[in-house]
Amino acid sequence: MNIDPPVSFEGRISRSIPLFAGTVPAGFPSPADDYVEKGIDLNEQLVRNPISTFFVRAKGDSMKDAGIASGDILVVDKSITAADKQIVVAMLDGEFTVKRLRRRNNRVFLESGNPEFPPREITPDHDLVIWGVVTFVIHQPK
Amino acid sequence: MTPRFALLDCNNFYCSCERVFNPRLIGVPVVVLSNNDGCVVARSEEAKGLGIPMGAPAFKNQELFTKNGVQVFSSNYTLYGDMSARVMNTVRTMVQHIEVYSIDEAFLTFDASQGESFAQALRAKVRRWTGLPVSVGIGPTKTLAKLANRWAKKNPRLNGVFDLAAARADEILARIECQDIWGIGRRTAAKLAKAGIRTARDLKLADIPWIRNELGVVGERIARELNGISCLAMEEVLASKKAIASARSFGHQVESIEEIQQALSTYIARVAEKLRAGKMLASRMEVFVETNPFKPESPQYHASAQATFMPPTDHTPALISKGLELLSKIYRQGFEYKKTGVMVTELIPEDSVQGSLFDEGSEDQQKHLQSVVDQLNQKLGQNTVRYASMGMRQTWKMRQERKSKCYTTKWDELLVVGAS
Repeated sequence: MNIDPPVSFEGRISRSIPLFAGTVPAGFPSPADDYVEKGIDLNEQLVRNPISTFFVRAKGDSMKDAGIASGDILVVDKSITAADKQIVVAMLDGEFTVKRLRRRNNRVFLESGNPEFPPREITPDHDLVIWGVVTFVIHQPK
Repeated sequence: MTPRFALLDCNNFYCSCERVFNPRLIGVPVVVLSNNDGCVVARSEEAKGLGIPMGAPAFKNQELFTKNGVQVFSSNYTLYGDMSARVMNTVRTMVQHIEVYSIDEAFLTFDASQGESFAQALRAKVRRWTGLPVSVGIGPTKTLAKLANRWAKKNPRLNGVFDLAAARADEILARIECQDIWGIGRRTAAKLAKAGIRTARDLKLADIPWIRNELGVVGERIARELNGISCLAMEEVLASKKAIASARSFGHQVESIEEIQQALSTYIARVAEKLRAGKMLASRMEVFVETNPFKPESPQYHASAQATFMPPTDHTPALISKGLELLSKIYRQGFEYKKTGVMVTELIPEDSVQGSLFDEGSEDQQKHLQSVVDQLNQKLGQNTVRYASMGMRQTWKMRQERKSKCYTTKWDELLVVGAS
């Protein structure tokens, strides 16, 4: 395989060299060529079911003790049926919210991860739809 | 036993996509407008209830929208395309044979054991995985599956699924007008009505030779399909496209040829990209311009011109220069243009072309440049690298004032969920 001549563009966009470069004319083949594997793909770890997985962004600090800071990206899988204690994205009375789902003695609560936000009991007056289950949190450290 | 067909179709697809990401739209009238916010292309049930017709021009219905709190959206094809793929892939987890028929419908093959309860399970899964409501019609032919789907939608008590085998089919066919049969247009329906054929049942019982005479083989096929004789097979392998087109309305009235040239060049570049993605070459090109038919007080003009490519090509500069040449032939000064577009036809697979005597030697280099440009545009966004004739400012760009976010394809447009 030949190395392509560099192509110049406005703004100097560099071209990355593919991992598997192959043989260079007039050189020796790399001894590692036979051992090249595809790189690690985070999707494999974070997205179990790509069809039903959506990324959303959290805003607010009501879940800070549950490991969700404001601005974090949540990996949400809609295919999972929410169980007790799971963190869910829900539509509550026309608003999206992220909370921990609790079921106790046929009662349903949405709990926060912050003492300043008391748990809310979901009564028949509320309109609650569980949108998906949070499976991972992507957080950038300060 | 012979397999049966099912048609799975997303209910009010574009509106439903908007609702997945915006709970405030649930239970209120929603409409989605065509490119350039021209006319209504999708309506929620509530919007249909208000009597807003399909295709209604947006500007004529402003008052109706405001008065009834109709939520109006520009079309967000990036979002709809992504959601469509999710729906189809969910279906594939349960059904082996699927023919994606359009952005929001697919034909499926069901075996004898798969009936309404299987369809309900499929429907529930699509709903859970994507948030989108779908309907499923089942029948011995594609045409009947399509009618069954329509019946499921019209009768909410059926819960979105209907199997024609489970009912007295003729009674239902007698209640469906010819015009609502897949493949029968308004004109054909009028022709049939004249002969006393008004319902799907009438057409089913009509004399086949007479139908063939009046409507040709296409009509005959529909009549046979209504009789449960399958004439239309599954087309699972995407038949190679016969034409690729790109045309849009301008955001405002355009008079100068320079602006039209820019727009046209952009559309041609898009078409060329699609050609290369599909490994196809174009043999013919058609270019058109038109004024605004909704402004009858302005002078009206529309024209088109064609050209042939020998040898066929997917090369952007060649396509653009031919396109601009055609434009200069049809452009007339003094009109307010509303739309321009391009279509390439007679497409042939790239690998079926043999070298031509007239080939220029630099073909490989051209190819390389093209593929680098395509890759850059894919990575950095459409039209990042563009041909100079596409223009630097693009003042003609389409109007999309009420587009929702690209929730599923852009990091900076993710759905925001409250944690407060």
